[in-house]
Amino acid sequence: MMLIIKDLHVSIGDKAILKGLNLSINPGEVHAIMGPNGSGKSTLANVLAGREDYQITQGSIEYQGLDLTRLSTDERALQGIFMSFQYPVEIPGVSNLYLLKSALNAQRKKQNLPEIDAMDFLNIVREVMKQLQIDETYLYRDVNTGFSGGEKKRNEILQLLLLKPSLCLLDETDSGLDIDALRIVADGINLIRDPKRSIIVITHYQRLLDHVVPDVVHILSAGKMVAEGDRSLVARLEAEGYEPFLEKKTAGAA
Amino acid sequence: MKTQNEALETLLAQDYEHGFVTEIESDTFEAGLNESVVRAISKKKNEPEFMLAWRLKAFEYWQSLKEPHWAHLHYPAIDYQALSYYSAPKTPGQGPKDLSEVDPKLIETYNKLGIPLKEQEWLAGVAVDAVFDSVSVATTFKAKLNEMGILFCSFSDAVQEHPELIQQYLGTVVPYTDNFFAALNAAVFSDGSFVYIPPGVRCPMELSTYFRINAKSTGQFERTLIIADKDAYVSYLEGCTAPQRDENQLHAAVVELVALDRAQIKYSTVQNWYPGDENGLGGIYNFVTKRGECRGPHSKISWTQVETGSAITWKYPSVILKGDHSVGEFYSVALTNHHQQADTGTKMVHLGEYSKSTVISKGISAGKAQNTYRGLVKIAASAKGARNYTQCDSLLMGTECGAHTFPYLESKNNTARVEHEASTSKISEDQLFYLAQRGIGTEDAVSMIVNGFCKAVMKTLPMEFAVEARKLLGLSLEGAIG
Repeated sequence: MMLIIKDLHVSIGDKAILKGLNLSINPGEVHAIMGPNGSGKSTLANVLAGREDYQITQGSIEYQGLDLTRLSTDERALQGIFMSFQYPVEIPGVSNLYLLKSALNAQRKKQNLPEIDAMDFLNIVREVMKQLQIDETYLYRDVNTGFSGGEKKRNEILQLLLLKPSLCLLDETDSGLDIDALRIVADGINLIRDPKRSIIVITHYQRLLDHVVPDVVHILSAGKMVAEGDRSLVARLEAEGYEPFLEKKTAGAA
Repeated sequence: MKTQNEALETLLAQDYEHGFVTEIESDTFEAGLNESVVRAISKKKNEPEFMLAWRLKAFEYWQSLKEPHWAHLHYPAIDYQALSYYSAPKTPGQGPKDLSEVDPKLIETYNKLGIPLKEQEWLAGVAVDAVFDSVSVATTFKAKLNEMGILFCSFSDAVQEHPELIQQYLGTVVPYTDNFFAALNAAVFSDGSFVYIPPGVRCPMELSTYFRINAKSTGQFERTLIIADKDAYVSYLEGCTAPQRDENQLHAAVVELVALDRAQIKYSTVQNWYPGDENGLGGIYNFVTKRGECRGPHSKISWTQVETGSAITWKYPSVILKGDHSVGEFYSVALTNHHQQADTGTKMVHLGEYSKSTVISKGISAGKAQNTYRGLVKIAASAKGARNYTQCDSLLMGTECGAHTFPYLESKNNTARVEHEASTSKISEDQLFYLAQRGIGTEDAVSMIVNGFCKAVMKTLPMEFAVEARKLLGLSLEGAIG
């Protein structure tokens, strides 16, 4: 298995956010996680990535046979977990090129490979940028600084394609994208679909899932998975809203 | 799991890497300061009468002064009688004539610091003058530069070989009456570097001085004088280190730059004196007066400093913009950690018409450090169309440090334009998390963010210095993120 989450309870301070969440993902699968605001979707992504402010009070997370909770954020990244941020942070004065190269070299160091040659790196990154229709000037701009919402999201996908992770966490990657940008980003995600790679797509909307077709769709509400199904569940959600699923939860049937 | 904050604290426990002491026999004066000490220094240096007279006047004036305390700095009173004012490695007979006569232990010291003095081993493009305690021990590439008419030697040699230039320029930018520490320096300075670039000559290599304090309980008082004659150009680098000692040591240097018509001087410093330990014990008291004068039209002086060392830094590299259309620049990174205190900035004094100045200051505070920017922009009535742009940014790491900004502005000409921008920011958990999520550990992430913050300044450093400075910023960061 790529990922096995059992009975996960997570709080921030005194506030419980995840309350007994279960999730299993096989290699090669794309799982969509949908749910109303405040249901814990982003918390799940952040916990998997290793954000410090979240305390795991109960449960387990197993990633490729490893106890994920014992690994630091950067170790998780080097083990192949990648999160595409909902709000990518600005880092003034640090060029995108430098960040990309540092990230790639950190990965190569972990694999006992020498640092990548500057020309080889440029060739690889240019190839990826072409796929995402990103202008080369991107490389020389400061990380996310002054980028539009869409540019930031595309920059996340650029890093994703470059780092080739095993488990991708896409946290509302579709928000802030216009139709054309959505298409390009979706194409980028489809490019990395692979039998050895798993993808978790966190989203509010159907539109990204029209392009990136999920194998399994989950509905998260109040810190628990309340429904699971195939892609047809997305259409049902669009038609009926979250309401019927939430009632199911309050009835205690989940 | 090791959290980012824990990793950061490990990073904090870095030792000062230049803290070793060289065991070498020295000729050191007994502690104490009086007129006979001043005379003895002058005699040691075999100085001409005008030098001694100047020193004595300076000493007399210094005695009438009180140590200044207007800076945002706190330190116990300095006992000027407890210091020794001269220390030199013992050499047989006169000073070394060339490198083969320099004590191998000294060469080894500089090798340890990464400053090879052997000319053939030195990467192309940098000539070095190395000052160990009170005296200059070696100047490389001297002969080669001489062929172009460039004079690059120790201050002592310059006094012997070019007394007319010394007499003409010494104290004309920083007179001994300038301030307490400048007066003290004038009285007791023992060596330093001297540079003269003749008219129309572009110095083909970076000139460099490396200052090293080694002896215990000595003060270091060096003096640097750089003259760029008409249409000349020179880029000068200065580096400093000292051994790790529990007591504080005093460093009071003076640097004078003179740029004549259309001449350009670029002066870069990486200051890494011993900063004291994490409890604030020991470290160098760095009271330095640096000033340049753009004497001719269209001349230009640029100061770039990366200040990571010293327990106390009191330093305001300044430019007097006398020439019309002259240009002054000040680019500074000052990083303070633990109990370090820095009060640093610049003065841009506009006298010439259409003179222009740029000030970019980046202050980084961590631990319990206090970091102050203090700057003066003065526009005289004569400075028609003068312009200044000042940008002061502070980066805080943790909750116990402080950043302070004191910009002063005096304008007596209403055609002048002055702009000032300031900001204060913190390294955010979000930035560290983002970089960690890309596989970049805390140590590298902090270094990346800090270097990004300083980019505008770092890019003004000559290449080989920039690499060193970048490493130094990473190494010097000790403190926690709040």
